[in-house]
Amino acid sequence: MLYRESGDFKTSYSADQQTFPIRLDRHMVYGILAFAFLVVPFLINDYWEKSVLLPFLVWAMAALGLNILTGFCGQVSLGTGGFMAVGAYACYKLMVAFPWLNMFVVVILAGLITAMVGVLFGLPSLRIKGFYLAVATLASQFFLIWLFNKVPWFYNYSASGMIAAPERTLLGIPVTGAEAPPWMTYLFCLTLVTVFAFIAHNLVRGRIGRSWMAIRDMDIAAEIIGVPPLKAKLSAFAVSSFYIGMSGAMMFALYLGSAEPSDSFGIAKSFLVLFMIIIGGLGSILGSFLGAAFLTLLPVLLKNIMVGGFGWPPDLAAHLELLLIGALIMFFLIVEPHGLAQLWRVTKERLRLWPFPH
Amino acid sequence: MAEPTQDGRKIGGTLLEVKNITLSFGGVKALTDISFDIKEGEIRAIIGPNGAGKSSMLNVISGFYHPQQGEVWFRGQKRASMRPYEVARQGIARTFQNIALFKGMSTLDNLMTGRITHMHKNLFWQAIWKGPAEREEIAHRERVEHIIDFLGIQAIRKTPVGRLPYGLQKRVELGRALAAEAKLLLLDEPMAGMNLEEKEDMCRFILDVNDEFGTTIALIEHDMGVVMDLSDRVVVLDYGKKLADGTPNEVRNDPAVIEAYLGVGH
Repeated sequence: MLYRESGDFKTSYSADQQTFPIRLDRHMVYGILAFAFLVVPFLINDYWEKSVLLPFLVWAMAALGLNILTGFCGQVSLGTGGFMAVGAYACYKLMVAFPWLNMFVVVILAGLITAMVGVLFGLPSLRIKGFYLAVATLASQFFLIWLFNKVPWFYNYSASGMIAAPERTLLGIPVTGAEAPPWMTYLFCLTLVTVFAFIAHNLVRGRIGRSWMAIRDMDIAAEIIGVPPLKAKLSAFAVSSFYIGMSGAMMFALYLGSAEPSDSFGIAKSFLVLFMIIIGGLGSILGSFLGAAFLTLLPVLLKNIMVGGFGWPPDLAAHLELLLIGALIMFFLIVEPHGLAQLWRVTKERLRLWPFPH
Repeated sequence: MAEPTQDGRKIGGTLLEVKNITLSFGGVKALTDISFDIKEGEIRAIIGPNGAGKSSMLNVISGFYHPQQGEVWFRGQKRASMRPYEVARQGIARTFQNIALFKGMSTLDNLMTGRITHMHKNLFWQAIWKGPAEREEIAHRERVEHIIDFLGIQAIRKTPVGRLPYGLQKRVELGRALAAEAKLLLLDEPMAGMNLEEKEDMCRFILDVNDEFGTTIALIEHDMGVVMDLSDRVVVLDYGKKLADGTPNEVRNDPAVIEAYLGVGH
């Protein structure tokens, strides 16, 4: 009764296949976007930027990318950390080599470079499937991290082996470096994530998305219906790596400010993103955001409650936090194995009928 | 060439011809020296006992298996060795014996996937969506809606196919093959596991597709009643060899066929 689509008639195919077909959904999304773009920048401070909003946006971008590959095209990858490193180092090299380049262009170019690397490491997927592919992509993770540690050219021969983002401005306001105001970095990331979330949705609802999902669901039938497996899989790897590369670039240039391959982009990050999309919902754009929120915001919330609210010692809180997150992951996966996005879908169906049982 | 049949349909020249196909897996010969043709506009049945090589034959035509010897001629041209998606692009669509739908997608998306060989807008336009990609999508949606209408599956348009009952899944799979608007439609046991009513529906669809759209159909089926009623010509395989080829009546009275199916005392 609360949430319903009756009376919301569609008279054209374009209205029927729009991004948010239900009016209430549409208004809700516009409302959230308006709040995020128009209100949050005035409220944001350093703490909210560095501990809450930027990590959420960066990981949401990475989760979107991996979800395209794993959730929509069915190719499991454990190379996310490595691809994020490619994006970060490409971003660094571009920032240093072309100081005048617009930061949006830098991040997108970093994504494109990662896309090319992703295609290269996606080639084995034509022969290898499932868990075996996961192991093959693991090789890319270790190789890329090794490469960025070993070849000094990538970190411009700096003594520490780290890369640090130089200051770049956008419309005269610093967007990277220590001087960048929180609202600027936030708006920069928010714009990128919003635009590319819509693009991801456009890709998965059209011809290309269908060819990915066909390969995921039944690769033999997909081929017989006219989907070239090579093109479908490699395009999924390319688009996915593009997103992951952008998230790596954002993580390095805007969120962390400096990076070091083994710590910032290790195997733990690959698993983290994989967990995000499994908990959020494979094959769902919304799921990528929910999963990223779950694994980046919940720890912050728990820490605030336990340390700030109850006044417990921080070390105890840190351990309890791990326990609680682990338990919650298990709880949600038992309640709904298809992730938070499916939970939301089921809730919506219930809301449509509420308070009646049928 | 066109000679009208009793019911007034037009049967044209040869659409597809297989010549001396021999296919073996290691030492096992699945097909031995098989030749037959499929004429434009006809319904051609391939029958035979289990393991006769019927599905192998279909897999050769749709490019899954590459025979050791023999040629496939399609629309008057000898076909080079092809991958299945290239065969699809040439205009051959098929369904599978055990349903091979895309389970995570809705009925509509499954049918839209069937039109993939006709859609060409690239990644860039797809990403922008508004404009060319959306126009293309809507144009193809209209075609697909015709097929949804034809098969009477409007109510399950947006249902994920994994939730549908078996009979409907078979129907959706036929729809997906129809959406390709192929010249030649290969149906691998379209009526397997169906009840009488569903079989009758499916027969009606097959006849209507052939009649209304002029689609050439090659089907494998075990229900002899269906085969004899539907098909214009029948080819009979047994142990990978061709036993007989002709109209249903000729085949029915062929001693070799009777022996293969019923067994004859010696």
